[in-house]
Parts: sequence; structure tokens; C-alpha cells
Amino acid sequence: MAETQDREIVLAAHGVTKTYRMGDVDVHALRGVNVGLHKGELMVLLGPSGSGKSTLLNILGGLDVATEGRVTYLGQDLTTAGDRELTRFRRQHVGFVFQFYNLIPSLTARENVALVTEISERPLDPSDALSLVGLAERVDHFPSQLSGGEQQRVAIARAVAKQPDILLCDEPTGALDFKTGIKVLEVIDEVNRSLGTTTAVITHHAPLASMADRVVSLSDGRIQEDRRNDDKIAPKELSW
Amino acid sequence: MNLLDRKLLRDLLRLKGQTLTIALVVAVGVGSYITLRTTWRALGHARAAYYENYRFADVFAGLKRAPDAVADRLEELPGVSKAYPRIVEQVLLPIDGMITPARGALVSVPTHGRSPLNDVLLTAGRMPEPGRSGEVVVYEPFADAHGLTPGSTLPAILNGKLHDLIVVGVGMSPEFVFAVDPGSIVVDDARYGPLWMSRDSVAAAFQMEGAFNNVVMRLEPGASRESVLVGVDRILKPYGGLGAQTRKHQMSHSILTGELQQIESLVLFLPVVFLAVAAFLLNVVFSRLVALQRSQIAIVKALGYGNATVAAHYLKMVGVIVLLGSIFGVMLGVWMGNGLLDLFAQSFRLPMVRGRVDLFVSVNAILASFAAGAAGISISVSRAVSLPPAEAMRPPAPARYRASAIERFPLLRRVANTTMMVLREIWRRPLRTLVSSLGIAFAVAIVILGRFGEDAMQPILDMEFGKKQREDITVVLSEHAPEGSLGYMASLPGVLHAEGLRMTPVRMRVGPRWRDTVLIGIPRGSTLRRLYDVSEEEVTVPHTGVLVTSILAEVLGAEPNDLIEVELKEGDRSTRHLRLTGTVEESFGLQGYMEKDELHTFLREGTTFDTAMLRVDPKYESELQSRLTDIPRVQSIARKRNVLHKFEGQTRRTREIVTMILTLFAIAIAVAVVYNNARVSLSMRSRDLATLRVLGFTRTEVSSILLGEQALQVLVGVPIGMVFGAWGAETLVNQQADPEQFRLPLMISQQTYAVAVLVIVVSAILSSLLVRRRIDELDLVGVLKTRE
Repeated sequence: MAETQDREIVLAAHGVTKTYRMGDVDVHALRGVNVGLHKGELMVLLGPSGSGKSTLLNILGGLDVATEGRVTYLGQDLTTAGDRELTRFRRQHVGFVFQFYNLIPSLTARENVALVTEISERPLDPSDALSLVGLAERVDHFPSQLSGGEQQRVAIARAVAKQPDILLCDEPTGALDFKTGIKVLEVIDEVNRSLGTTTAVITHHAPLASMADRVVSLSDGRIQEDRRNDDKIAPKELSW
Repeated sequence: MNLLDRKLLRDLLRLKGQTLTIALVVAVGVGSYITLRTTWRALGHARAAYYENYRFADVFAGLKRAPDAVADRLEELPGVSKAYPRIVEQVLLPIDGMITPARGALVSVPTHGRSPLNDVLLTAGRMPEPGRSGEVVVYEPFADAHGLTPGSTLPAILNGKLHDLIVVGVGMSPEFVFAVDPGSIVVDDARYGPLWMSRDSVAAAFQMEGAFNNVVMRLEPGASRESVLVGVDRILKPYGGLGAQTRKHQMSHSILTGELQQIESLVLFLPVVFLAVAAFLLNVVFSRLVALQRSQIAIVKALGYGNATVAAHYLKMVGVIVLLGSIFGVMLGVWMGNGLLDLFAQSFRLPMVRGRVDLFVSVNAILASFAAGAAGISISVSRAVSLPPAEAMRPPAPARYRASAIERFPLLRRVANTTMMVLREIWRRPLRTLVSSLGIAFAVAIVILGRFGEDAMQPILDMEFGKKQREDITVVLSEHAPEGSLGYMASLPGVLHAEGLRMTPVRMRVGPRWRDTVLIGIPRGSTLRRLYDVSEEEVTVPHTGVLVTSILAEVLGAEPNDLIEVELKEGDRSTRHLRLTGTVEESFGLQGYMEKDELHTFLREGTTFDTAMLRVDPKYESELQSRLTDIPRVQSIARKRNVLHKFEGQTRRTREIVTMILTLFAIAIAVAVVYNNARVSLSMRSRDLATLRVLGFTRTEVSSILLGEQALQVLVGVPIGMVFGAWGAETLVNQQADPEQFRLPLMISQQTYAVAVLVIVVSAILSSLLVRRRIDELDLVGVLKTRE
């Protein structure tokens, strides 16, 4: 998908900085980041822990606001949006996957997915979304009855069930072993390809970059590298 | 201060909302216990001391007239230790400025020395001196109402003649702790009060030298009351005995006892409810705190602190909360206890010691609340200390959920997933939900208990003064008079309509059961006196036979068509029979109703009356007043408007205060239950709620999940509370002093239910909103980044 680079930019950060106050010290998590997500691409955001990648993802996804700079979605400025607009933005356009799944323990797999489809405009059927991640057989299980990989796949199904324009994954394999991790990455890849969902995956794990259309490296709150990956491989071919 | 204690203080400061709301519930529990218990003890002790020191009698009997020697025969009855004969007369007191004259019970006191029974407690001045006629001691509240002090004069009509009495003293007596005009339902200090005058003076005014018309007796310990009463009645019968009675039916004593019983029943109920709620809330809050501090406990134990130290640490936390509540509770209790005693002092006149904290009661209350608190947290603390440190340092296993049984209902399978989250959460902790609902239920019930008295009172007033008694002025004669006098009254200016009633005291008997009561003759087709059932159905007086109040029929064990034996207490005092033709359920008294002509026939007398009911043109009221006072044998003149006004004024203030206090108590429960549950729930589910926010749920949608649980608890609690309220009201109603005198029907209006529900629901909503603010402040990113 080399041509994705020429496609329309869906979500972009323009000169974004973020400063946290941690106790009595200021932490500069981002220092003037410019990056754009192109329609349909799978981007991997690489960086060691503390490099600011999660902060960037949270700001792009409307979970956090920048201290300086702008965030645009399809050219629309999100910087000045209030809580209500950001909530609507997340609800209509963004799917999230986190390291710790964050499923609702009192709801079954199907119900966790339905939680999102109930409030979306053009959702997939929850069962279809679960089939997509290979969990058609486990739809009525509660989170406590599923393995970690299965829980993460439910989280992905929940994220994509509303057919979001953008899928943001924060260390989706961070809590999983290699084999299970690969399975989860396959699902993300499958979603990106079959549904055409613009996807950003955060990881501190360099080998994952091989499955991306584009690789952005972050260090100390700044972009170190933004390159196209012309030798994209399938997740199952990954090794580390 | 050691480090654990410093941690304790910081933890409590962080939990200040929970600490304060729970301390408030403890305070109300401790405060209500101290209030009620102190009042109950103070009243009980005051009564016992007063009765003892002023020698309150055990048996009371009225009669027409008997020579003094008869009293010696009474004293010889087995079981009687002292019989004290005296003269008691009802007198009119035409005080300047009063439209209708006040009334007094003129009670004789020995010319020399003190009364052996029912002595007078002098609060000012002295007792009448021998040889000085016209000296009286006046009842203190009556004196206060009219500004009478030793040296004042008091106009009185004694035996038809106007006298100017000289007030030489002010006092009270154990037989008039609650002084209400016989036949009235209102304490009216300005309109009624006993007077004490020397025996010689009373006898001279009423031609009662060497005779008595009232006798009070003291019994020996263990004496059979029943056989004494029978003996007294037998001896007094030839002298016009009106029937002896024990303290139980003495008006003042029975009303005071009823009040004490009501307080006694609340003494346990209210504090137990509040302390149980406090214990439950401590359990909820501390279970969560211990769960959150699991790893801290492990570290402290790993550092070498023992289980006992850790357990003591949490117990101390509870101790601080309970102590805080207790301090406030003791202050609340002392303040409210004094307030309650002041309220009682307005209706009940007895020497009381005030302003003293009952230490014994306070210590009891504080210990009980500590015990409740410790019981509340014992499970969570023992769970915390029993874990080996290594295990406690690992995060707890994830919560296990399962589909709840209620989901089998097809309707519930279709609910939104957010609703399902609420249902499953509740299903996982059914006991907590249930107990929370019970807390809410008690809150609703307490509001109902604070208000229902009003509901019953208004219909009774409407019934008595609106439907039954339709006259404007009631004139009672000291003896029955020929109907001609009624014609005279009817001809007075301003009288629009007049009707006469005939009342005669009788003893009704069926088999071994009997009661002293009164037969009332109502003219056929009367427009001024009608009879109504409590269900507001009009009841007509039968042309033949007697209609009695249902409580009288019950006491006598009589059924319609039974023959009732009737001993007359005036005229020839013979015994006759009447057929019971029906019953009527009324709120006041034991009485029988007959058609007036039928009663005359039964009494073998001409047409007479002893009570006149007058419909009056208000313009002429005061002129009419003085004309009526001039009529000989007039014993009392009552204006309906006055009675009603006084009654409402007298009871309203007390009821308003009680209603307000109980409502505030209930609000304390509702706020504490909802606030603490919501806070704990928020703490446990912040991760879920943050996830939902990330997924695009709005703050309102997320709040509705958390607050939905609270709403459901309130929803379950409210109807239970309405049932509890009705039960409680029924219990209180059943504890009334003497159902033979007055029966408050159990009546709870829709308005009372509505107010109770509204107060609790609004308190719940407001406390939820306090917690909702915290949902808005959820740190979405922070929560999701950490594994719980």
C-alpha cells in the first residue's frame, strides 16, 4: 500500500507540545510534534517508554488535550473542542485498543461489543465483529472466562464494531506472550485491510514496524524518523 | 504520633465525605437515644418522686354526698391504707375580659394541716389559713395565664353566688399533672384550672358541712384493686356513688403514662435503626478501603508489624469516626433532650430537674455505637489481616460475574447493556443492595412517623366540630332542668336555634363486665347533634333501645340485641335494662345514645335537658354571653370556635417540631446511604466508567450507570418504607394511653406518603449529584494505564 502516502490526511498533529505537571516538576512529554495519519494506512509508532508515544496517541484520539499546537480531523480543528465535542468525536470516529483490554467484567464478550454498537450510527453486528477477530465461539463468555489474548481480541472487536474511521492501539500486545501477540496483530492487520480502517499501533517493540505501511519513531517527545515501509510483511512472518 | 496514626489521619481526611456522613448517622443515633432515654428517665423519675412526695392516691371515687363517718368504713376495707374524704365542686370563674367564663375544679384541703393524699405543691404564697374564708391556692398555669399572684382577687360563682376569692398561694398537685376540663379535649390554661380552698370554706359555700362528695384512697402494697373497687362501690352506693376507679382511668395519670409509653417504644427503635445503618455503612466503606489498601497492608506486615497492630489501626479509624459522631451526638442529645422536656413542661405540670446530662445514658449510647462500628468493619479487617503478605501484594483476582437469574425474564434480555451492567452489579452484591434499600426504607418510614399524627387529627376535628357538634355555644347545667328553660335560652337575643340534650351517668353491666359511663339523649331529628361513624357514615339513633360506642360494646362483650343492665346514678338509682340496638365507632369515650324522649321514658321523668346547644348570630355573642352567665345552675359555657382554635394551636407547635426533627433524621440516613454507596461504587468501577467514556459514552450516560444502582436501591426501599411506616404508625397508635378515652384512628394520607417519598428521593438525588461531580473529574488516561 505504498500509495497511501498520497492519500488524504485523516488525523494530524501540528506542532503539538504537551507539558505535564508531575508533583513539583514539569514533564515535557511532547515537544512540537508534526505527524499525519493517511486514510487507510497502518502506521506503527515506535519508541522507548517515556518517549511520548502514548501521550501523542491520547491527544490524537481526543482523550487528552495538547498544551500547544493543533490537532485536526479531516481539516477540522479539534484543539478548541470541549468535552462534549471530544466525546462525540470519539463516539463517531475513533476506536481504541489498550494494553490492559479494559473490558467491562460484568458484560459478556457480545455485550461488551454491543455496548459500542448501541451508540454507533453504522455498526457491525456484534457477532460479526467477534467472528472477524476469531471469537465466534466465545461470544457468551464473561471476561473472567477468557484468556488474555481472547480478551484483547474482544477489545479489538469492540473497537472496530462501530466501523471507526481511525483505530488507535496502545501497546496491544504488551501484556501478551509472543504467539498470542501475533494473533492479535493479525486481527489488527485484517481489520486494516478488509475494512480499510486507518490504524495507528503504538509499540516499543521495533520488529513490529515490519508490518506497517509507515513507521514513525519518537524519542524524548520529538519525531526522530518518519519513513515509508515498502517491504511490508504479514504479522505471522514477524519474529523477535 | 506514630506513623500508622499519621496515615490514619490522612486517610480519614481523604475520606472526609464518608467520615462526615457516617459520623452524622452515628450522631443522630447517639443523640436520639440520649434525647429519648433522658426524657423518659427524667419524666419517669419526676413522676415517681412527685407521686411519692405528694402522696398521689391509688383509687378515686365521686359521689353525691356522704357523711364523713362513711370514710372510716372505706378505710376499713381490706387493702385500703388511707381514705381521704374531700369536697370537689365545679365552679365558674367569670374573669373580666373573657367572653365565656373560665372553669375551675374547687378542691377542698384540710382546714388544719396538709392533705394526707393528693397534696398541693406550693410554688408561691401559702395555703389558706383556718378561719379565713375565701382564701384559695390557684393552679400555677392558670395563675400564670391570668397574672394572678398572692394578693390578687379571683371572681367565682360558688353554688350560684358570686364571690371574690383571695389568692393566697400558687401551686400544683400530682392529680393535675395534665389538667383538662372534664368533657373537653383541650388543655387550656386560661380556661380551666383547679383551685384549693379550706374544707370549712368549701363546706360553708356548698352546704356540705360534715359531708364529702369525693374520696381518694391509698392502697396497701399488693392489695387487690378489683375487690377494693367493688367494696368502695358497695359502701358508696347509698350515697350516690358514681363508681370508683383506679389510677389507670384517672385522666392526668393515664395521659402521662401514655406519653411515657410512646417515648419508651421509640427509645430502642430509633437509635437501633441509626446505629445499624452506621454499622452497615462502615462495613461498605471499610471493605473498599481495605481492598484498596491490600498492598499497603502487605507491606506493613512485611516490615514486621503484627496482625493485631494492623487490625487495631483500622479499628482506630472506626473509633475516630464513632467518636466524632458521639461527641456531636451527646451535644445533640442534651440540646434536644432539654427541648423535649420543655415541650412536655408546656402540657405536663410536674416538678422536673433539667439541664443535666445523663452520664449513664451517654456512656451507654457511645459504647453501643462503638460496638456497632466494630461489628460493621470486623469482617473486612479480619479478611485483610488473614492474608499472607506475599499474597496480599498481588492484585486481587478479577471480579467474577455471571448471568443473573433475573435475566431469564424475556423482558430483561432486551435491556440495554448499560442497564445490564447495573443489574449484574446488584445481582453480585444482593445483600448490600438489600441492606441499602432497608436503610432507605427506614428513612421513608421515619418521615411517615413524623407526620401521620396530623393526618388522623384533622379528620377527627372535622368530624367532631364540623359534622357532629353543629352548635356555636354549648351550655352545660349543673343539674337537669325543665325544657322551659331551654325556651328561655332560645328567646335570648342572637340565638337562632336551640336544642337540649339529656345526659345521665350510669353503670352499664353485661354479666361480670361493667363500665361507668353516660347515656346521652338526642332529640329526634336533631339538627345540631348528629352521629357519625369513623368511616364518616351518618348513624341514626334508634327509636328504641340504646346505641353504644363500639369500644363500650367490646368492653362489655355485648352484641346487638343483648340486654344491658343499667344502674342509674341519679334519681332513684335503680337498676333497669336496655336493649342494645347498635354500635357506632367514635374516637372519643364510652357512651350510649338514645332518642331523648325514649331516655325520659326510661328514666321515668318529664321532658328535661341538662345541656343546651345554641346556634348563634355572631353579632350578639358577647351580650348573649353575659345573659347566659346570669342563668342559675349554668356550669359551663363553651364556644366551639375557641376550643377548636386552642386545640389546633396547642398541638401544632409540638407536632411541627417533632415532624421537623424526624424528617432531618431521615434525611441524614438517606444522604449517608446514597452518598457512601455511590462513592464506594465509583471507587470500584472507575475503570469501567472510564472505559465507557473512552468508548464515546457521555458523562450523563456514564453517570446514569453509577447512579442507576443507587436509584434502584431507592426504588426498592421506598415501597418497603411505606409499609414500615404504616406498621410503625399502627404500633404507636396501639400504644395510646387509654383507648377507652380516646382512639386515634390509624390514618396515613396520600400527602404524607408523598412527602416522605419526595423528601427521601430528593435527598438521594442531591447526594448522588455530589458524587456525580467526581465522575466528571475521572482521569480517563490514568485509569486505563494501570492494571487494577
